[in-house]
Amino acid sequence: MQNKLATVSQILPFSCVDGPGSRLVIFLQGCNYNCKNCHNPHTINWCDHCGDCISTCPTQALTLVTTKGISRINWDSDLCTQCDICLSVCPKQSSPKTRQYGIDSLVTLIHHQRHFINGITVSGGEASLQLPFIIELFKAIKSTEALSHLTCMIDTNGSLSISGWHKLLPVLDGAMIDLKAWQEETHRYITGRDHHRVFQSLELLSQHAKLYEVRLLHIPNISDFDSEIEAVATYLKQLPNSVRIKLNAFQHHGVTGEARQWGTCSEAQMLELAARLTERGVTNLVLPNVYL
Amino acid sequence: MAFQDNLVKIISDPNLSPKQKSNYLALAAEASLPYLPISKEINQAKEAGIICDMFEGHAPFKPRYVLPDYAKYLQQGSQYLELTQATNLDEALNALTIIYHHVPSVTSIPVYLGQLDDILMPYTDGVDAESIYRKLKLFWIMLDRTLPDAFMHVNIGPSDNIICRTILRIDAELKQIAPNLTFMYDPDITPDDLLQIATSNICECSKPHIANYPIHAKAYDGQGFGIVSCYNSLPLAGGANTLVRLNLKEVALKALNVEDFFANTLPHYCQLTYELIETRAKFLHEESNFFNSFLVKEGLIEESRFAPMFGIYGMAEAVNILQNNPELTENDLEKPSKHYGHNQTANQLGHRISKALDTIVKSTPVTYGYHGRALLHSQGGISIDKDVTPGVRIPYGTEPNPIAHIQALAEHHQYYTSGISDILTIDETVKYNSQAMFQLCKGALSLGFREFTANVASNDLVRVTGYMIKLSDIATFKQQGSRTNTTGLGAEAAEVTGILNRKPRVAAQELSPNYAE
Repeated sequence: MQNKLATVSQILPFSCVDGPGSRLVIFLQGCNYNCKNCHNPHTINWCDHCGDCISTCPTQALTLVTTKGISRINWDSDLCTQCDICLSVCPKQSSPKTRQYGIDSLVTLIHHQRHFINGITVSGGEASLQLPFIIELFKAIKSTEALSHLTCMIDTNGSLSISGWHKLLPVLDGAMIDLKAWQEETHRYITGRDHHRVFQSLELLSQHAKLYEVRLLHIPNISDFDSEIEAVATYLKQLPNSVRIKLNAFQHHGVTGEARQWGTCSEAQMLELAARLTERGVTNLVLPNVYL
Repeated sequence: MAFQDNLVKIISDPNLSPKQKSNYLALAAEASLPYLPISKEINQAKEAGIICDMFEGHAPFKPRYVLPDYAKYLQQGSQYLELTQATNLDEALNALTIIYHHVPSVTSIPVYLGQLDDILMPYTDGVDAESIYRKLKLFWIMLDRTLPDAFMHVNIGPSDNIICRTILRIDAELKQIAPNLTFMYDPDITPDDLLQIATSNICECSKPHIANYPIHAKAYDGQGFGIVSCYNSLPLAGGANTLVRLNLKEVALKALNVEDFFANTLPHYCQLTYELIETRAKFLHEESNFFNSFLVKEGLIEESRFAPMFGIYGMAEAVNILQNNPELTENDLEKPSKHYGHNQTANQLGHRISKALDTIVKSTPVTYGYHGRALLHSQGGISIDKDVTPGVRIPYGTEPNPIAHIQALAEHHQYYTSGISDILTIDETVKYNSQAMFQLCKGALSLGFREFTANVASNDLVRVTGYMIKLSDIATFKQQGSRTNTTGLGAEAAEVTGILNRKPRVAAQELSPNYAE
């Protein structure tokens, strides 16, 4: 089972915002949501090697390579200047700059960083779409003596099925889950999907004491955490006390399409939402460090 | 009449206090003397910016750094200062306050204030925690207001004690520029929760530095050492008589190729550096009468524990020049490059240069040294440096992520006995995650970093070298002047070197030597 491959959009060797302590974060390519406010939409789909981006690359870092009749885009990272023109012209909300990693190569990479990190986090995209790989990776980390102190966490939209969670739970230390909206129709408007499974996931992880953080993205006049404040507060209060309630403020960075017309969330708006939750007895709120 | 014009400028400068003016006038006076007799070749190397005497002055009459044995002073009192031995915490703090004004340095402000927890713990019996806090807080405020120079350095740790913890608490609370602070860490002695407090403080105010105690302690004898000024590790009851630094960038430019660099150019310019060190140290020790001081007579310092610091800087440029790398541009930053800090071959060439320097410094005798030798130092730059990176650091704005940064440079640290500093710039998200800072720090020290120094991007306090400045002070400095000496240096450094440009930044510098408008 060591030959599984993951499609990775990016690896961040040191992050302070993806779980407890210092973490190496693996961003996996591909998402089952299509959020209007997505701030990295090029991670949503897998590249289909259509080649539209190739001619737009100013440094010829992209080429089409055909072997055995199958054409694939080759990305030369040495030539790439990270201008991201390829991402902006992609008709598929994808990227030609993804890489395939096997378990062994990721374990080697993590081993190299082990003195500096408290754990690893898989993020996305939607990480749980590559569940078998994640399970193998976490298993490999836990069974490697030099790495066994590292915590393994997932950052997810919560759409994984209950049966999927049960496979992951034995090797999972904690999850950060986005709750994108309170009302079903708001959730559907923002993400294109219903949120039945998100609540199921939140409940299951709470029961197993593996819910590290719930994240609410406040988009003034779009998301409904403020208009549904009573219900939201009541729900959050019944979660275990240890769960961090992370409030995020919507910003335009990375956002494309109609959500760019939405107003951003100011510090004052964020503080107001936080105050209203606090008034209603919600504790363990974590607010943004910066509003950029 | 350029000389007198300069004096008039200093005297009438609207932004300097009378005391600051006196200092600059004294520097100008010393600079008007003829330089110590040196060979034509050294003079040429000096003029060409290959060898630099740190503008310590034409006729050195005081050592660069002095590390008195304050514990001894408190125990025995001082005949010269007409003080009996300290018998309680108030007397100890008062005695320290007094002697600090009698400890010279290159800036005329003491750079070493002592291993304060070791020194003060004997006087804490029967004093409750709240009183210790109150007394130390007043002491801390006094230091910042009367000796306003961020080169002034306090040491604490590695043991866990109430003075150490109280100082960390006060330092985070007051967020003063002065004094600078080093926390000694020893994995066998220091509890994790104490290191955690220290690393949380870094998130609060970019202080303290965390020193790798076992590595430093091993480099010196049982009499001990201290960390002074910007990360200079020196013998206790001694210090540095002079610091001469070699610009590796310029040395590399003189070399035909890598082989020529190691075989000829580097040894040649090291030799010249030594000649300048000898000339300067001899004058200090033999002509200036400094070692008649009460500090020597009362046994607080010993002449034999003073060593010259052999400084180097511009490693990054030297490596890139020797490898014929093109100048690094913004576009290169996100991708693997051939440059120092980013490429294994380049990094290894850097390590090889450090090793060669170590061999030279450990085998070259000096007349006035620690066990007859100078001490190698990765020099943190001064505010006039342009297009050359301090010490062995990775150039400003081009640093890789903090982990890759540490991994690229760790190998150098074993060679720089008298200090090396690599300042990691960490963005402000770490402020809310001090565990991450803690882990990064432990990782760095376990890899052999002698000193862990971090700067958190959004802090108003920013380390512009070994010292701290307030960003808000820089903004108003030009109009109003500053109470603290080092903000002026920081403002000058920021303008000349582009330290505050671009990415969240930090630089390193040690001293701005001469008066400049």
